[in-house]
Amino acid sequence: MKALLVCEQREGKLLDTSYELVAFAERLGAEVSLVLVGKEAQAPKVTGKLYLADADKYGEYNPELHKHIVVAAVLKENPDYIIFPHSSYGWDLAPRVAATLRVGQVSEVVNIVDGKFEVSLCNGKLRRTVTPKGARAVLTVQAGAFNYAGQLSGSPQVEAIEITQGSSPLQFVGYEPAEKKEVDLGRAEIIVSAGRGVGKKENVAVIADLAKAFGGELGASRPVVDAGWVGHSHQVGTTGQTVSPKLYVACGISGAIQHLAGMKKSDFIVAINKDKEAPISEAADVMVVADVLQLAPVLAEKLRAA
Amino acid sequence: MNILVCIKQVPDMESRFKVNGTGDWYDEADLAYRMNEYDEYAVEQAVQLKEQLGNQPEITVLSIGADRVGEALKKALAMGCDKAVQVQDNDSARKDPWQIANIIAAFAADKHFDVIFTGMQSQDRGSAQVGVTVAELLGHNCASTLVGFEFADGVVTAKRELEGGVKSVVKVPVPALVTCQLGLNVPRYPTLPNIMKAKKKELQLVPVANLLKEEAATGTEKLYPPVKSGGGIVLEGDLSDVADRLLGILKEKTTVMK
Ligand SMILES: Cc1cc2nc3c(=O)[nH]c(=O)nc-3n(C[C@H](O)[C@H](O)[C@H](O)COP(=O)(O)OP(=O)(O)OC[C@H]3O[C@@H](n4cnc5c(N)ncnc54)[C@H](O)[C@@H]3O)c2cc1C
Ligand SMILES: Nc1ncnc2c1ncn2[C@@H]1O[C@H](COP(=O)(O)O)[C@@H](O)[C@H]1O
Repeated sequence: MKALLVCEQREGKLLDTSYELVAFAERLGAEVSLVLVGKEAQAPKVTGKLYLADADKYGEYNPELHKHIVVAAVLKENPDYIIFPHSSYGWDLAPRVAATLRVGQVSEVVNIVDGKFEVSLCNGKLRRTVTPKGARAVLTVQAGAFNYAGQLSGSPQVEAIEITQGSSPLQFVGYEPAEKKEVDLGRAEIIVSAGRGVGKKENVAVIADLAKAFGGELGASRPVVDAGWVGHSHQVGTTGQTVSPKLYVACGISGAIQHLAGMKKSDFIVAINKDKEAPISEAADVMVVADVLQLAPVLAEKLRAA
Repeated sequence: MNILVCIKQVPDMESRFKVNGTGDWYDEADLAYRMNEYDEYAVEQAVQLKEQLGNQPEITVLSIGADRVGEALKKALAMGCDKAVQVQDNDSARKDPWQIANIIAAFAADKHFDVIFTGMQSQDRGSAQVGVTVAELLGHNCASTLVGFEFADGVVTAKRELEGGVKSVVKVPVPALVTCQLGLNVPRYPTLPNIMKAKKKELQLVPVANLLKEEAATGTEKLYPPVKSGGGIVLEGDLSDVADRLLGILKEKTTVMK
């Protein structure tokens, strides 16, 4: 079985997700080749063939050209699987490659169960196994689901890849850096986060007060930030901050994968949620089944009295 | 100018899900349904684009599914879309993303949509494929995961969200398809007069067989709840009692309680 891994780089740096693909391919037991639009200096430090296309020529982000590059590598390598990270790069590029090759795609694989691909659905409340129908398939792999434990000491055998298409109507203008942080959650020992379950902006104060009673910082899930209830620097998750405090208290947060990715390394996790089955219960050391708006003031008062 | 918005109706994610009798999907009975969250941003952005262009463009909103999707379509009409299309399919949940994309592309093929809006992903299946695949099938330019949208002189300036708060800006000439991420805009609530007006707007019904010519490219083998790792303590009951027990546990098991 052969797997072609589509690595990603940004602004001259290879992203770690590329190694997660290697770990996934090892689990599959596949023979690995890689493709990267980048520079030789960024080549992943693993053995195997690397098809390298020049980022100066084909662009940091030009999915139209990158698609043709991946397809060209597929034609040379004849892989059974073409594997991308399930990232802003991968979910953008993978369907283009799958459609061009007219093969099936399985998105956001979290596990391999009896040789079948397991994916999550309904916000993590369910799982299913999916099987591609044809001989070849495109896969995207959930970030963080497969960790590479091997040595980073190999060097791939590089083969330059060129395509005839030189331009596309899509024009990459540039990056916009992350907003400046007002709070550095990365250093907090205690974080108490508000989720959509708090209901409305005014109620965020209840959670902020609990955070204060704990002597910690206020965090938030994305909908709370999107709605403008708190600033972006409070957001925990893949598109916010990654945190690992000694205590994380998730208030009215369901536990979507993108939130979990930002806080699951916390030493101790408490979830306060009225839904006992909320996926956050999987990550929580203590799951408190309660209306957080009622519990938080009681808890804050007891903390102050202690 | 012609605009298309694709919306999916999904179960409320706070529902209790049960596996169905054949073990390959969730039981669809007794669930509350709503418009896929990501698609609300798509509808709002389409309506904002129409308003920007002096209400000139016509917005078609399309959903594939059983008759209940009429509710989601009505909401989109009340938000400002002009006409609705229901592709009738009682078994849409079992169609794979490749088939769903092919149905949409077959519908759109001869209609010259300048801009197509979809959600970045559906909340239930979450494949994040349909939008980009539709663009490929139609040969439209495409940008995904938008948190910013501007339009001028036939070019969409898209702000794409990357990881860790970084964004990238891309210019995409029409015909273009964009997939919408959470937080792209603030979806409006339909007002009562607009809900009344929506009732008079056109709802076109198209049997799925007229549009679908493709076999599924992937299949679901089995559906099941996640295996419980089951280490956590569950606290329930009287609030004061629960609070005391929680603080007791924190004193015992963490170092942060002085
Ligand atoms: C590419 C991408 C990146 C993303 N990045 C992030 C990210 O960085 N961070 C992030 O958080 N999300 C992110 N998301 C969004 C994520 O998928 C979820 O939509 C989001 O985390 C849900 O937030 P929530 O748990 O607060 O809301 P919901 O999922 O709506 O959950 C609300 C919870 O509150 C509970 N509840 C309701 N009322 C009460 C009450 N009175 N008391 C107690 N509990 C109550 C409910 O039972 C429910 O479990 C991202 C999504 C995508 C696609
Ligand atoms: N049944 C459907 N009817 C209409 N649009 C859909 C349907 N399923 C998916 N879509 C669109 O495709 C997007 C991505 O869905 P998915 O690939 O399933 O994650 C959704 O946000 C919708 O805009």
